[in-house]
Amino acid sequence: MNGMTEFFFLMKHELSLVLILVFLLILKIRTKPIVNSSLINVMNVVFFLNFILGWFLNKDGSLFGGMFLNSGLLAFEKNILNLGTFIICLQASSWLKDHKHVPEFYMLLISTLIGMFFMLSSGNLLMFYLGLELSTIPLAAMCNFDMEKANSSEAAMKMIMSSAFSSGILLFGISLFYGMTGTFSLLGSGYNFDGSPLQVLSFLMLFSGFAFKLSVVPFHFWTADVYEGSPVSVTSYLSVISKGAMVFVFSSVMYTTFKGIATVWYDAMVVLSILTMVVGNLFALRQNNMKRFLAFSSIAQVGYILIGISGSSESGMASSIYFILIYIFSNLGAFGVISLISSETGRESIDDYKGLYKTNPMLGWVLALSLFSLAGIPPTAGFFGKIFLLTAGAAKGNYLLITIASLNMIVSLYYYLRVIRAVFMDSNENAIEPIKSQTSFKLAIILCVAGILVTGFANGLYEYILSLSHGM
Amino acid sequence: MMLTILILLPLLTALILAMSNAKASRTVALAGSGIQLLFSLLLLQNYLTERAAGNTALFLFESSSAWFPALNINFHIGVDGISIAMILLTASVVFAGVLVSWKIEKMTKEFFLLLIILSAGAYGFFISLDLFLLFFFLEVAVIPKYLLIGIWGSGKKEYSANKLALMLMGGSALVLVGLIGMYYNSGNSFDLVHLSTFHIPFYIQKIFFPFLFIGFGVFTAIFPFHTWVPDGHSSAPTAASMFLAGISMKLGGYGCLRVATYLMPEAAQYYSGYIVLVAAIAIIYGAFATMMQTDLKYINAYSSVSHCGFVLLGIGMLTKTAITGAVLQMVSHGLMTALFFAAIGMLYERTHTRAVKELGGLMKMMPFISTVFFIAGLCSLGLPGFSGFVAEMTIFVGSWQRSGMFYHIATILACMSIVVTAVYILRATGQSVMGPVNNPKFLTLTDAHWNEKLAAGVLIVGIVAIGVMPFWLNDLVSPGAEAIYNQLSRFALLK
Repeated sequence: MNGMTEFFFLMKHELSLVLILVFLLILKIRTKPIVNSSLINVMNVVFFLNFILGWFLNKDGSLFGGMFLNSGLLAFEKNILNLGTFIICLQASSWLKDHKHVPEFYMLLISTLIGMFFMLSSGNLLMFYLGLELSTIPLAAMCNFDMEKANSSEAAMKMIMSSAFSSGILLFGISLFYGMTGTFSLLGSGYNFDGSPLQVLSFLMLFSGFAFKLSVVPFHFWTADVYEGSPVSVTSYLSVISKGAMVFVFSSVMYTTFKGIATVWYDAMVVLSILTMVVGNLFALRQNNMKRFLAFSSIAQVGYILIGISGSSESGMASSIYFILIYIFSNLGAFGVISLISSETGRESIDDYKGLYKTNPMLGWVLALSLFSLAGIPPTAGFFGKIFLLTAGAAKGNYLLITIASLNMIVSLYYYLRVIRAVFMDSNENAIEPIKSQTSFKLAIILCVAGILVTGFANGLYEYILSLSHGM
Repeated sequence: MMLTILILLPLLTALILAMSNAKASRTVALAGSGIQLLFSLLLLQNYLTERAAGNTALFLFESSSAWFPALNINFHIGVDGISIAMILLTASVVFAGVLVSWKIEKMTKEFFLLLIILSAGAYGFFISLDLFLLFFFLEVAVIPKYLLIGIWGSGKKEYSANKLALMLMGGSALVLVGLIGMYYNSGNSFDLVHLSTFHIPFYIQKIFFPFLFIGFGVFTAIFPFHTWVPDGHSSAPTAASMFLAGISMKLGGYGCLRVATYLMPEAAQYYSGYIVLVAAIAIIYGAFATMMQTDLKYINAYSSVSHCGFVLLGIGMLTKTAITGAVLQMVSHGLMTALFFAAIGMLYERTHTRAVKELGGLMKMMPFISTVFFIAGLCSLGLPGFSGFVAEMTIFVGSWQRSGMFYHIATILACMSIVVTAVYILRATGQSVMGPVNNPKFLTLTDAHWNEKLAAGVLIVGIVAIGVMPFWLNDLVSPGAEAIYNQLSRFALLK
């Protein structure tokens, strides 16, 4: 195979996104005004095609002297992110239809996604950093997309400040890394990690950079404000896609680059996962805004993911990817309902959800199902995701960690049940009116519900992910 | 195959329920649970035929298919006599529960849907031979209870529902830790049959036995984790109370026996003194706490704490007779308490009060309901001829076989609680159904309808069938109990 076709196949995911981006740019420079609803429909179809195309003609290999990698696992991770983006676009339709800057929204969205793909595929710290910045800066602009709202700008500002700060730390870590090993390569060849102080320092810097992006406690302070201020669709993108991509990169960097000092990062991981679960859950107890509430619950979820990764095995890798897939469905189910209600009525507090079941039974069930999946209640997929994470994490015999995690699941159940109680049990004179949703929204919700119900039982899926993680 | 149908039937019913309208839903639920009851009887018959034909395998109708091969999780199902008894109990209680909820007005469809999903969880739990599967079904049976109590309950329903859901989930969280611990110390297996042959090291057993026993114990109201019982039972709608006390508490007892004791026999012996101690406390404390109650549902709820204490006492004594007695008590208490709650529900629906003082003389207007109420009471205090006597007698005999002063004292104390039981039962039933009519409004009340009669009938048949001819149930469950006992004596620690 000649170089050109190889280049095409290996970078297929990125190239197709670039193609969409170019298409949008051409659309934008035309003088004729764009009809929002038709553009939205076209983009939904385009994202769907993009997701479908991602499954075909994948090849393993590397480009640009090991800068850019692709493998079955990476392609699968990109497909998961494509799927999540597709669902988010479907859900965003009702919010976007009256917006003045629809093409820009899609452009920014696609830029961040391209950034994440490069980050995932990076075999080199410089490439990784480029991808990271490409994914972060447009994201901050997206946070500001409720132009007339002050707290939307505040969210964007907080996002850009905190990511600049974390990038600084990350770069410091990278330069130490380079100073020690003489290479930017992430593939772990040519140098040995033996746990010398400088190595540990460089590792800690990199680790904190990741922790910022993952909103691991104590690097989580930006999360709740940014989630609350941003438009709901951007919040869901932040909490699902951006976090998912970070988890993928994080776990592969831990497993390949820092393999040599696994004992060091194991301790860091255990401490931070306990902190993250406990703080996330305890803060979620007191929230009254649905978005803030889900922000803290998603912080707590990261704590469980860290447990899985700490198992440092193929099943740890596979279970965290599997969990992210399930988490996409469950979180987007919940965020979908919230985004619909927020865009139709502007109400976001948990008290507003009282009596929702009486007026909107379907939305009530979807919200309940998604929250149960987040809480890890069977028969939803979330149950399998959590149990597999805990099982993978227990492989090293740290049963105390598992005990703390399972007790945390009860705390989390308490606040999820608070919402369930508001929806199903409390009566409310001023309940949310019956809402009519668009077809695209219904489609998104059907996808999420199907994912929540099927992903857990579909045993082949977990096995497939595990077989992909085999090479790690 | 039979067992797969057993679990598919309620799922099918739930599916039809989800698609039907509110009016048709109760008929669908009744048909579904009726067919399930008949199917359970068929299962019993097939089981007995297999046994009569000389099949001595511990678990019959076993089948296993891979579910998550990478984690060695299989869809492994099978039944022994104990499971069959529990399945029969579940089928009768759910059938009766649907019947007594016949007149439910609020969100009818959702009510029956949740009830049927609950029953699916219970059936699945009793047939699982893979611990992951067992845990899955255990948790399936928690959240519907929360919704049933929170939406259709009475009194401080949200508080009770929350308390119940959180405490039960707490219990299952402990179970999860125990299961994962067992998994990694037994060559990565969740398989019950494999684990029973695999000898888990004693020091590992000592760590994880408490997790499993207390975790399952929360479901069966182990002292001091019994506090969800009174609130949960009294706030729940009738059918949910019946399910909670009749079946849900038995999930715990079954788990303690089948998972904790059977798979960790040495730890069970090591901890048996503590188990007996908390069981004896629950029995006595439950009985005295019941004396102080004035609300009929609270009376039955606290007496359930006491009666489930007998189950734990039987398990803790670790003799073959006591274990058999514990299983008998689970079945007997399930039927009896479901009947009790059904009768209370019927009374409450008519009189709109559950306070013993405000009732009185109901026998005149409602002879059928009053008689049902009385039967449940007599069974509860262990009158010969009803199932309660058989079960408690077996436990006492079995407990006495365990040598040691401590165990004898516990047995004697447990025996003495029967007197207290008699006091509160006779007082509650006597004051509410006998004597003069306190409230003239009650004079116009009507007796039971066909559905209530049928519901009570099904449960009473079970109670009397066990009370008069205990041998059939005894024969059914004793091979299972014997297997657990053999496991205990194989790894004898205390002799």
